[in-house]
Amino acid sequence: MLNLSGVSKSYGKKQVLAPTDLHVESGKITVLIGPSGCGKSTLLRLMIGLIAPDAGRIEFEGNDLSQADIESLRHKMGYVIQDGGLFPHLTAAQNVGLLARHLNRKEETVRARMTELAELTHFPVEGLDRYPVQLSGGQRQRVSLMRALMLDPDLLLLDEPLGALDPLIRTDLQVELREIFAALKKTVVLVTHDIGEAGFFGDRIILMREGNIIQSGTLDELVNQPADPFVTRFINAQRSPLAALSGGDR
Amino acid sequence: MKRTIAILSRVNCIHPIRRRICRCAMILLAGCLVLAAYDNRLTAEEPPQVRIASKAFTESVVLGEMLRALADSAGANAEHIAGLGGTQQAWTALVAGEIDIYPDYTGTITQEILAKLKLSNTTETRAALAKQGIVMSRPLGFNNTYVLGMPEALAQELDIRTISDLAAHPQLKLGFSSEFIDRADGWPGLRAAYRLPQKDVRGLNHDLAYRGIESGALEVTDMYQTDAEIEQYQLRALIDDRNYFPNYDAVLLYRNDLADKAPEALAAILQLEDQISAEQMRKLNAQVKLHNQTEARVAADFVRGNLGVAVRPVTDDSESSFQRIARSIWKHTLQHLFLTGMSLFSAIIVAIPLGIFCAKQKLFGQLILGTVGIVQTVPSLALFVFLIPLFGIGPVPAIIALFLYSLLGIVRNTYSGLHDIPQPLRESAAALGLPAMAQLRLIELPLAARSILAGIKTATVINVGTATLGGFIGAGGYGEPIFTGMRRGDTSMVLQGAIPAAVMALLAQGFFELAERRLVPKGLRLSPHE
Repeated sequence: MLNLSGVSKSYGKKQVLAPTDLHVESGKITVLIGPSGCGKSTLLRLMIGLIAPDAGRIEFEGNDLSQADIESLRHKMGYVIQDGGLFPHLTAAQNVGLLARHLNRKEETVRARMTELAELTHFPVEGLDRYPVQLSGGQRQRVSLMRALMLDPDLLLLDEPLGALDPLIRTDLQVELREIFAALKKTVVLVTHDIGEAGFFGDRIILMREGNIIQSGTLDELVNQPADPFVTRFINAQRSPLAALSGGDR
Repeated sequence: MKRTIAILSRVNCIHPIRRRICRCAMILLAGCLVLAAYDNRLTAEEPPQVRIASKAFTESVVLGEMLRALADSAGANAEHIAGLGGTQQAWTALVAGEIDIYPDYTGTITQEILAKLKLSNTTETRAALAKQGIVMSRPLGFNNTYVLGMPEALAQELDIRTISDLAAHPQLKLGFSSEFIDRADGWPGLRAAYRLPQKDVRGLNHDLAYRGIESGALEVTDMYQTDAEIEQYQLRALIDDRNYFPNYDAVLLYRNDLADKAPEALAAILQLEDQISAEQMRKLNAQVKLHNQTEARVAADFVRGNLGVAVRPVTDDSESSFQRIARSIWKHTLQHLFLTGMSLFSAIIVAIPLGIFCAKQKLFGQLILGTVGIVQTVPSLALFVFLIPLFGIGPVPAIIALFLYSLLGIVRNTYSGLHDIPQPLRESAAALGLPAMAQLRLIELPLAARSILAGIKTATVINVGTATLGGFIGAGGYGEPIFTGMRRGDTSMVLQGAIPAAVMALLAQGFFELAERRLVPKGLRLSPHE
C-alpha cells in the first residue's frame, strides 16, 4: 500500500526525520505515536505529499509520489486533521461534496454518497446545511471524516483527529471511529500522542522519538518486549487517575 | 484597387504565403492613403485647433480666456485648459505639444524654466527657447514682478518699508506660495540676498495666503504686483531695495508650428502685445476676485472694449444660476465618475493578480510590494509632471496617476488576505487533491474576500478624494470647481466640488458595505451558534 525507504527531512539544520524505512500494511490500522516534535506529523504529511522528503522514496500503490500526478493520488487518500480543517466559507455539505463536484461527479451520486456517509458517521442530516462555526467540535470531526471518505479512498490519514475534543466526546468518538474503520476495512494511519488511544486503535504501533522510529509492534509487544527503556517510560508516563487513589505511583 | 492587387500578386508573388504578405502590404498601404486623404480633407475643412492653457491663478486664467476669445474670433477651434497646475506642468505640456500656447513671465522663463542656462538678455532667451521649438511674444505691457507685502497697520507699527527692514524682525510669521518657496528666484534666493533670519516659513496656495493675512495667521507673504488684493486687504508692498527680483514681463509662449497651423488665430492673439498696463491688469484681476465675475466674462469685455475685436458672447451667465450650478455639478460628477471608475477598474484588474502573485512568490512578491509602496509616496503633483510628457494632459494622465495610487491598497490587502489563511486550511485544500487553480478559486480567494474588498474600499475612498487633483491637469471632475473657486475666492464654488466629492466618497463606502454582504461568504460572517 504505502512504502517509505530511506526517507528523511530537515528544516534548516534541524533534522525532524532521520532516514526512515516504513511499510504500511493494507487493511490495517497503523498508529504513529511519540512525544511532541518526534516527527510523527511530519511523517504523515510526507505520506500525502504536503512536504517533499530531502532524501528517500515514498511509494503509494506502486507510484513514486515525487514522480506521479500527486493530485490524482490524493484522490485515493483521505486526510483528517485536528479540529477538522473544514473550510469556514462552505457549509458542511459543500465541504463534503467539494472535490466530487469539482471532478464533475453526478449530483445524485454525490447526494447519495453524502447521505450514506452521514449515516455511517452518525452526523445529523439537518446539520449538513450549517457552516463550520455553527457545528460542535465533534460534529466538525464527523464532517471532516465524511469529506475524507467522499471518494471512497484506499488510505485514510488522520493527524490527531480527536485531539481538540473534550474527554467524554473523545471517548465516544473513539468507539464510533473504531466501528467505522472495522466496517470499512480501510488502511488507516493515525497520529496520536495518547498511548491509550494508540492501544485502542492500533493493529501496529510505531513509537518515535526525535525523528527516529524506536519500536514498531503491537501494544503487547511494546509493553512486554520494549526495545528501549524509553518505550517503557513513554507508556508509563500517562498516569491513570485511579493510581492516585490506590496511593501508588504507578 | 482589387484589380491592382490581383495583378501585383499574379506578377510578383508566386508562393502563396508571399502572396498573402504582399496582399496585406497592399491593403495596409491603401488604408494609409485613404486615411491620409481623409486627414487632408479634415484639415482642409475643419477650423484649426488651438489649445490654450493657463496656470492656476486668476491673472493667468484671465489671459488664457483672452487668448481663447481672440483665437475663437479668428475662426479657430479654441480650447482653454484653465488652471493647468504651475509653471512645470504648463511648460512640460507646451514642449510635449499637448498645448499650443500659454501666458508666462520673462522672469519665470530665465529664473525658473531655463535657470540652468543663466540667460542674461532677451536675445539669448529667444535663442534658447527656439532650440525647444518655442517662440516668445513681445511683452504684453505689464511687469508683474514679485513683491513682499504685509498689512499696512503692522508695517507702520514696526516701521518696515523695505525688504531689508524685515531682517530686524525674526518673529514675523512668513507664508509664501508653494511655488515661491521652491523657486531659485523665490524665497531661497531672497533669503540669501537679504540675509533674512526667519526660519519658520509656511508654504501654501497663493490665493489662500491672503486669507491667512486677513486672519492674522500670516504677517508677510509674496504677492504679484498686479494682485487685486493689495488694495483690498490694505497691504504695504515692501520696497525691493537691493533690486533682487528680476523683471516679470508678461509674455506668451507658443510652439513655433502654431504660425503654420493657425496663422490667423496667432495674428489675432498677438494683438495683445503692448496692450495691457499693470493698472489695467490689476483691475481685471479685481473684477474676478473682488466682484465675482467669471474670467471668461472679464476677458471678453477687455478684448471687445480695448482691442475692438468682436467676440462671441459669454453664454455662461445668461442661464439662471440654479440651472447653471446643477448643470455644472452634473458635468463634474460624470467627469469625476469617469476618472475614478476607469482608474479603479483597471487597478482592480491589475492589483488582484499582482497580490496573488506576491502571495505565491514570496521573494519577488516583496519586491513588487516595495515598488508599489514607493509609487504611493510620490507626491501627486510631481507624478503629474512625470506623466505629462508621456501622456499629455487631460483625463489620461489623471487616470494613470489615480490607477497607480490605487494599486498599493488592493495589492497589499490581496496579499495579506491570502497570506493570512491558516496553514491547516491551506493544507487541507491541497490534501484533497484540488489543483492549484481550483484551490485558489474555491478556497483561497473566498477566504481572502473580506480583506480584498476592504482594500478596494479604502482605495476607492482615497481615489475619489485624490481625483479632485485632476483639476490641475485639465482632467475635469470636482477638482475643477474647487480650484476655480479657490482662485476666485468663491467659497460657494469650492463647495460645489467639495460637497459632491464628499457625498461620492460616502456613497462609495456604503456601496462597498453592501457589496461585502454579497461577496463575503456567509460562513465567514456568522458568529458561532447563530
